[in-house]
This record gives sequence, structure tokens and C-alpha cells, in this order.
Amino acid sequence: MGAGRKALPGLVQELVYTVDHKKLGMMYLGSGLVFFMLAGIMAVAIRVQLAVPNNHFLNPSAFNQFFTMHGTTMVFLVGMPLILGLANYLVPIMIGTRDMAFPRLNAFGFWIFLFSGFLLYFSYLGGSGVYGIGSAPDVGWFAYSPLTAKAFSKGHSTDYWTLSLLAGGIGSIATAINLIATIFCLRCRGMTLNRMPLFVWLNAVVAFLIILAMPPLSACQIMLCLDRYLGAKFFDTQAGGSAILWQHFFWIFGHPEVYILILPAFAIISEVIPVFSRKPIFGYPIMVMASVMIAFISLGVWAHHMFTVGMSSVSNTFFSASTFVIAVPTGIKIFNWIGTMYGGKLRMELPLLFSIAFLFQFLIAGLTGVMLATTPFDWQLNDSYFVVAHFHYVLVGGLLFSIFAAFYYWYPKMIGRMLDGAMGRWHFWLFLVGFHLTFFPQHIMGILGMPRRIYSYPADRGWEIGNLLSSIGVIFQATGILIFLINLLYSYYRGRRAGDDPWDAWTLEWATTSPPAEYNFEKLPEVHSARPLWDLKHPDEPDWKHN
Amino acid sequence: MSDDGPGGASSPATEWKLPSVRKVAMISLITAESALFCIFLVAYAFYIGKSLNPPSPKEILEWPILASIALLSSSGTIVFAEKALYGGRLARFHCWWLVTILLGMTFLGYTAREWYEFIHHRHFTLATNVFGSTFYSLIGLHVSHVIAGLVLLLLVFAMSLVGKVRAEHHEHVEMVSWYWHFVDIVWVVVFVVVYVIGR
Repeated sequence: MGAGRKALPGLVQELVYTVDHKKLGMMYLGSGLVFFMLAGIMAVAIRVQLAVPNNHFLNPSAFNQFFTMHGTTMVFLVGMPLILGLANYLVPIMIGTRDMAFPRLNAFGFWIFLFSGFLLYFSYLGGSGVYGIGSAPDVGWFAYSPLTAKAFSKGHSTDYWTLSLLAGGIGSIATAINLIATIFCLRCRGMTLNRMPLFVWLNAVVAFLIILAMPPLSACQIMLCLDRYLGAKFFDTQAGGSAILWQHFFWIFGHPEVYILILPAFAIISEVIPVFSRKPIFGYPIMVMASVMIAFISLGVWAHHMFTVGMSSVSNTFFSASTFVIAVPTGIKIFNWIGTMYGGKLRMELPLLFSIAFLFQFLIAGLTGVMLATTPFDWQLNDSYFVVAHFHYVLVGGLLFSIFAAFYYWYPKMIGRMLDGAMGRWHFWLFLVGFHLTFFPQHIMGILGMPRRIYSYPADRGWEIGNLLSSIGVIFQATGILIFLINLLYSYYRGRRAGDDPWDAWTLEWATTSPPAEYNFEKLPEVHSARPLWDLKHPDEPDWKHN
Repeated sequence: MSDDGPGGASSPATEWKLPSVRKVAMISLITAESALFCIFLVAYAFYIGKSLNPPSPKEILEWPILASIALLSSSGTIVFAEKALYGGRLARFHCWWLVTILLGMTFLGYTAREWYEFIHHRHFTLATNVFGSTFYSLIGLHVSHVIAGLVLLLLVFAMSLVGKVRAEHHEHVEMVSWYWHFVDIVWVVVFVVVYVIGR
């Protein structure tokens, strides 16, 4: 059954040779979790350093390396592989086909992602070695110019960062092209665009965002390399270059990247909520339209990261307004999820618990987002802990909670066994409490003036209690994660057998065995509605009679 | 699944047709490549006239008329080649394909000569000023695409010489030609930005 029950050499060989989308998907998920632990350890170190004033747990340069690597890892080596892994695993089964459009390109995408991760972490071995923390990148995950210029970033740390992101970008563009081709060209008979599961729709939108937003990142990495190695002058202000141009180019990628990460979260929630409310999703076409709108608008809001660099007030107004506009389709989505739950028969299983937590937390994240999009407010709070709190509410409270929902929801399909419910509840509550304890006080610390990326602070600023609470929260979160990881391993061997369709769900992945056979379906299915399994289970009252 | 009801668009009478995987993937690739070119073009346009030291584009650039004619006409010859292949006239296909390759190489040769002249005789390099940085990176990006295109063209040519390309492969060949058209269209934009607006 599961690939892991083989002897290790055979397993390694099988994984290295495989072009199967399911194995590649699980490899993405597995390596994403490993990087998640690494970045998590760095987060704990950062919080230990900041727990009390005037702390000397880390030295300043190690602190810089840790927040840089934490951010870079979480975005490129945790967020991206987890969402691409889920898409890789689920999209072909959900549209009723046997594999991705280009299986070998798919394997290429995974291996180059893994290579980029190794390349980034290899930097820890350079320079002053493992004990001196080496020469890991220390310029922040945005690598603002001229911090990255040869003069200010000596050695090779920034080169590791640049080349790693360049490689990772190529991998995700390859995977995105593959996803688009798969979704539009390999759907099974009857799977029209308006019958595709929302998960598939949203991943198509994400893939489009990736092919539009990742190349700008690659472009600015190339420019940075040329600057550092061949003496080009792109970001060299002393030779007429512009440091602001880096910010524009980086955020032209960086803002859509937020939506590349959060739209898959919407995708997961849109699958979980209907199944656990026993109701079809409310307003399917509007959900699709809202997703496309979000993606489209997200390409035109990048400069809201730059209100304080001194753009003209016309640009500030434009980017402020366009950012506000994103709240409209996002609000529509939140209403539709609530509309789906309203009057439904809610089953409070773990995937739904995580989804409901997601709704509240993402709402807070959205509201603080609108606050920060207000230019004068941003002038006050730019680069303060308020911003840190905001984007952790988006990425942890939004993306990570939905990824946990996805793990509890699809683990039975991938492994054939259920995740343990009791451990799952411990994980949920510990992580929920820890998350709010860590990040909620950061809003207040930001308003009290605590800047981002500071390595230590004096005792007389009124930031002590907030920081201490925040650091205590991390202990709760780490314990929750530990229980989750133990659960993943424990249930792999001891979990209750899942059967093909443990949640009584509606999409095609539940029509095949758990875990699915090599070719997904013996006979390719044919669908007549957006809920093919409902039609199958209720032949007297099928969906297609109603629409 | 049950097919006893009116399954909407998928009722047995209607045929289930989906777009070609190759075409969709090539369009996506071209979209991604366009995004890449956009950034380099914006950088070039942004830095026009911002160099602090000479040379300026006016002093050094000459209009690459012949090279442009060669590259643009190769977009036509590749269409003739495609049509010949579609009709199964392989000899004709070979001819037009070879002409396309030669035209592409003409373009490449011109750029090589231009760069040799700039670097060797005028000592104008990537590191000279921001004009140099943006010029070499933008033209270099385009030329690298021309080279990639030429490699594809040569591959198809070599495979067709040993009889591996036949009329039924016209879609594969069409994809190569789409890529080549893309390289051409990018050149039109690059030409306008660098040699017309930039001067």
C-alpha cells in the first residue's frame, strides 16, 4: 500500500525515479514539512532572543541571518512546496485523469525546488562555519538594495540567496505551466469548467499568477547577480542606478506572491466547508469570479509596500485605493463560506475546526490589511511590529491553518489511514491559543512603536509584556506542531483504516481507493455535475437535475 | 457514473473536446517569458538618459536594419515551412526551414559584430554605465532566446534529415514556430524601445 513500507534503498530509488504526480506531491509535502521545522526552529530562536529586554541569546548578525532565513524559507521552501504539493497530488485526481500533462517536467520542478532549498541552506556551512552560523543570507527576505550591493554584503551569502531563488522560481514556473496544461486539457468527460471543484479552479488561478509574478522575481535576481559579479549598475545609486527600482521589481513579484500563497488556502477551505456542512458551496460562480478578480487586482497593488519611500501622492492614492478594492472579492468569499455553513448540518471534525479558525483569523488579517493600505496609517506603522502581526495573521492564521485543515482532510486519502482525532484536537487548541498569544500582542507592540527586525530593545519602552507573551505563545505553537508531527507518524502505522470515502465527500478523489492506485482510476470517470459522488450515491436525486 | 439523464454538455451525442496540451503549455510559457521581458524592458526605459557618464545611446547605437529584416522575414519563411510540412511536401519543408535557420543566424551574426565593436573597440561594457547595464541585459536576454530558438530549429532540421519529422508531427513543429514568432515579436518591441525611443 503506502510507499513508505518498503525497505529504504528501494524506497529512495523509487522516489528518485518517479514521475507519478502523487509521489511527487507527497515529496513536496514531506520536504515542505522538513523546511517548516527548520524555519520554525529559527522562529523560536528569534522569539527567545526577544523575550526579555537587553537579551544576548543571539548575536546581532546571527539574528539578522535567522529572520532572513526564516522569512525566505517560510515563503519559498514551505509555503510554495506545500501548496504545489497539494495541487500536484489532488488536481489530476479531482479532474479525473491519470497524471499531470508533463510528468517529467513535474519531476524536474520538484527536484529543482529541493536543489534550491539545499543551496540556500548550504550557506550555513560557508564563511565562519557551522558554529559561527556561517554566512547565511542576512539581508531580509526582500533583500533591499543597496544592502545587497557588493560593498555592504561581502562574501557569498547574498549570492546563495539570489541563486536559490532563481532556481526555485524556474521550478515553480515549470510546475505552474504543467498545472495549467493539466487543468485545461486533461479533464475527464463531462468535467466542464463550471463543474470543476473550486480547489481546481483556484489552483488554475494560482498557476496563472505564478507565471505572471515569478518571472519578475527571476528578472530582478538576474539583475542583482549582474550587479554583484559583472559590475552592472542597476541598483548602484552612485552610478545613476536606483535602489527604489529594486523595491518596485521585488514587490511586483512580492505582492502577487501573497495571493499565490493565500488563494490555495481559499481552495482548501472551499472544499472542506461544504463537505462538513453537508451543503453545496454557496454561490459557486461568484466564488470563481471573486478569485479571478483577486488575482487580477493583486497584480496592481505592489507599491502599497512602498508608501514610505517617497512616491508621489498620486501613486500612493492609486495603490491605496487598488488595495482597498481587493477587500471586496475577499469579503464576497468570506460571506459565501459563511453562507455555505448557514443552515448546514455542521460536523465539527478537525478540518472544519481549522477552517472556522481560518475564517476568523483571515478576517482579522484582512481588516489590518485595509488599515495598512491607508497611506497615513501606514506612514505611522510601516516597518513596525503591527506589520509583522498583520502578515503572520495572513500566512499563519490564513495559509497554515488551512494547510492543517488539508492535512486532516486528505491524509486518509493519501495514506489510507485517519489522523488521530484526540491528538488532532490537542494540536488545534494548543496551536490556536499559541498563535493568538504570539501574534495578537504584536499589533499592540507595533502601535507602541516597536520596529521590525530589531535584535534587542531597552527595558523602558513598554514592550516587555507584549514580547514576553509573544514568546510564551511560541511554546504553545511549537508544542502543537510537535503533536501534529507525532500524529502524522503515529497514524501512518496505527491510524484507523480510512476506507475510500471517510468524509462522505463529493469530489472525484474520493471515488478511487485510498491511497489511489498508480493510475488513479481504472476506468476514467464521466461526470454530470459539480458533485459527481453525490450523483452516484443519490441516483434518485442527482445534482444535474437541478442545474 | 450514470449516464441515463440529460448530463448537460456531456450527453453522449456531443463530443468531448479539450484544447491541445502542447498549445496551452506553449501559450503559458510565452506568457511567463513575456513577464520576464517586461521587467527588463521597464528597466531599460526607466534608465533612458539617466547615465552619469558616456557613452549615451545616441553616440553609439546604429539601427540594425538588415538584422531586423532578416529576423522578421524568418517569421514568414517558417510559416511557409510549416505549410509545406502540413501538406506533406518534405523537400519544400527542408528548404524553407533551412532558410529560416540562416536568417536567424544572420541576426545572431549582426549582434555578435555589434557587441564585438562595442566591447573591443569602444570599450563600452555592462559596467560602463546604467545604459550599458540595461542594454546588454535586455539585448542579451533576447539574443539568448534567439539562440534557444535556433537550437530548436536545428534539432528539428537534424531530425527531419534522418526522416524523423513527418506530416503527423506538424503540431510539434508548429510549437517551435510559435516560439520563433514570439522571439520575433519581442524583437519588434525591443527595437522600438532601444533603437527608436532610446535614441
